[in-house]
Amino acid sequence: MTRLATYTVRKQIYILFFFGYILPNYAQNRPAVHDFQVALEAEYRHFFETGKFPNQEQQFPSFAIKPSYSLGWNHQKNILKFEGFYRYDIDKKRTHYDIREFYYQKVIQNFEVNIGVKQLFWGVTESNHLVDIINQTDQVERFDGEQKLGQPMLQFSYTTHNLGTFDIFYLPYFRKRRYLGEKSRLRFSTVIDDELIGFESKTKEWHQDFAVRWSYSFSMIDLGISHFYGTGREPVLYFNSNGTITGLYPIINQTGLDLQLTHNAWLWKLETIYRTSKFQDMFALTAGLEYTFNNIANSGLDIGLLGEYLYDNRGKLALSTLQNDAFLATRIAFNDTHSTQLLLGGIVDIESYAKIFSLEASRRLGNNFKIALEGRVFTAISDKDFILKNIENDSFLRLSLFTYF
Amino acid sequence: MNKVNYALVMICFISYTSVLSQNKGLAIAKQADAADRGFHSSSVDILMILTNKNGQKSTRKLHNKTLELQDDGDKSLIVFLSPKDVKGTATLTFTHKQKADDQWLYLPAIKRIKRISSSNKSGPFMGSEFAYEDLSSQEVEKYTYKFKSEKEGFLVVEQYPKDTKSGYTKRKVTYNKNKGYRIEKIEFFDRKNALLKTLTYTNYKQYLHKYWRASDLEMVNHQNDKKTTLHFSNYTFQLNVSDSDFSQNALKRFGQ
Repeated sequence: MTRLATYTVRKQIYILFFFGYILPNYAQNRPAVHDFQVALEAEYRHFFETGKFPNQEQQFPSFAIKPSYSLGWNHQKNILKFEGFYRYDIDKKRTHYDIREFYYQKVIQNFEVNIGVKQLFWGVTESNHLVDIINQTDQVERFDGEQKLGQPMLQFSYTTHNLGTFDIFYLPYFRKRRYLGEKSRLRFSTVIDDELIGFESKTKEWHQDFAVRWSYSFSMIDLGISHFYGTGREPVLYFNSNGTITGLYPIINQTGLDLQLTHNAWLWKLETIYRTSKFQDMFALTAGLEYTFNNIANSGLDIGLLGEYLYDNRGKLALSTLQNDAFLATRIAFNDTHSTQLLLGGIVDIESYAKIFSLEASRRLGNNFKIALEGRVFTAISDKDFILKNIENDSFLRLSLFTYF
Repeated sequence: MNKVNYALVMICFISYTSVLSQNKGLAIAKQADAADRGFHSSSVDILMILTNKNGQKSTRKLHNKTLELQDDGDKSLIVFLSPKDVKGTATLTFTHKQKADDQWLYLPAIKRIKRISSSNKSGPFMGSEFAYEDLSSQEVEKYTYKFKSEKEGFLVVEQYPKDTKSGYTKRKVTYNKNKGYRIEKIEFFDRKNALLKTLTYTNYKQYLHKYWRASDLEMVNHQNDKKTTLHFSNYTFQLNVSDSDFSQNALKRFGQ
């Protein structure tokens, strides 16, 4: 992390110089718009069983803070945005900070330029996010991988009149995944030392990566085609005979396609990627649908049914463990004044019948509080499932209370 | 035979008057639409106050930006400014005169844009007494009409939604002929044809010497005794915006 910290500071200085240059010109008669907000989170994770490996804890109280600031001027055609994150957890490896975003954005008609640290999302499916490759996963933060690390980038985006949007990304610096430690749950039997995961490229984190994306929405169609060249966000891991785990981040080429068809209350979704590297070629696909029954019996209640199929041709070697699985879930939105919602579901391995059940629920309390609940239950894990086998005792419940200033 | 002739004449007369009242109803809706045309674009701040039957209140702040289109329905952006847990959540809607609207939702926590189904017409918007269909752009083509009465410049027209997913059998709309056909009141009738809600428009202001906009909208639900008011402020018209300010990139910018 020291290297990253030094890097981050250096990058901030560059960015400050950059803003020092442009800020004096910003006034242009219109007042600038400031916005500052802080979100605080008190979190408690409870694991139902004792750990499979020595020294694993069972209770994890934790606290997080997320300050965000934005400054817009000249009719919001210029925006400066910052979003930080810090978590303190009794698990040292989960105690971490990140600059989620710190970038400057300039809009000139159909053209948008972004420079700095940014987060973005590509894709349409719910159970897995194959196409989404720009940002590294913040792996210690959430089990579902939905939280990402900030990515330094230069992004050009051009929205045409009727040919969709073209994006070009220059990604000068790579961010490693952070692996969980000895006290942590949801890990391998051996603690992965982040330093032991190397790089294919001699330039290490400084390999210069590029990505392009074309996205197009017309009538019922939302389509995205993307290509990424650079350091893969997912490492290739080697489980050595002496029990250690080593690995490296390969240089990859990845082409992705995401497609959604929206027809009445039906959403049809497809995400697929093809990835090549010196070490491993892979193909993966997630396809499914979502149907929502709206305003049932005029109660305001929406019930959505989701089904997705997940395939990864690496089979048992897929770190995601989603090599031939089915995802079934229901999404319930009460549409009440508290915005109460619930997602209940499960992923089943079609070959081994291993199951991961999940629950995600949230409700607003008053105007400035929100309560969220997450539960994961791992059952029927087969002995042959050598990745999931590590976490079979790690079913847990997470309760979070958020407040905002 | 006489009876049959009489019946035929009556049927002809009734259908003739019903065609007349349909035509007149449609004509009024078109007048109202025409009176509001040419505003190009607008932006407004919205304060929504929800009151439950015990009188407890909760509020939401929103900001809206609309682009008028000549050949199709309007494009519009809405962002939530409060409650703070949903701050930055934004929607982009392309309203269409004939087919279903296109709608995207931006979720700032995961920076994700989701294309969502626009088929939920009758469901409540953010727990309020406004249904999604009450807040979407009102296109003439979405209803059939029947003129009911005229009294001191107030025209009452019944509107029947064409969309079978609508939560209403009819809306009874009161137009003010002398004030650019602005709407003064709408009564909503549920699928059983019982009076469900009344929406009243008050504190009208005229902008650019042409466009009437009510500062306050009050929706009262007669069946559950709940109420939602909308207070509009800082109306601005003819903004320096174009199509590219209503794109998915613009939706992300609007949400931040």
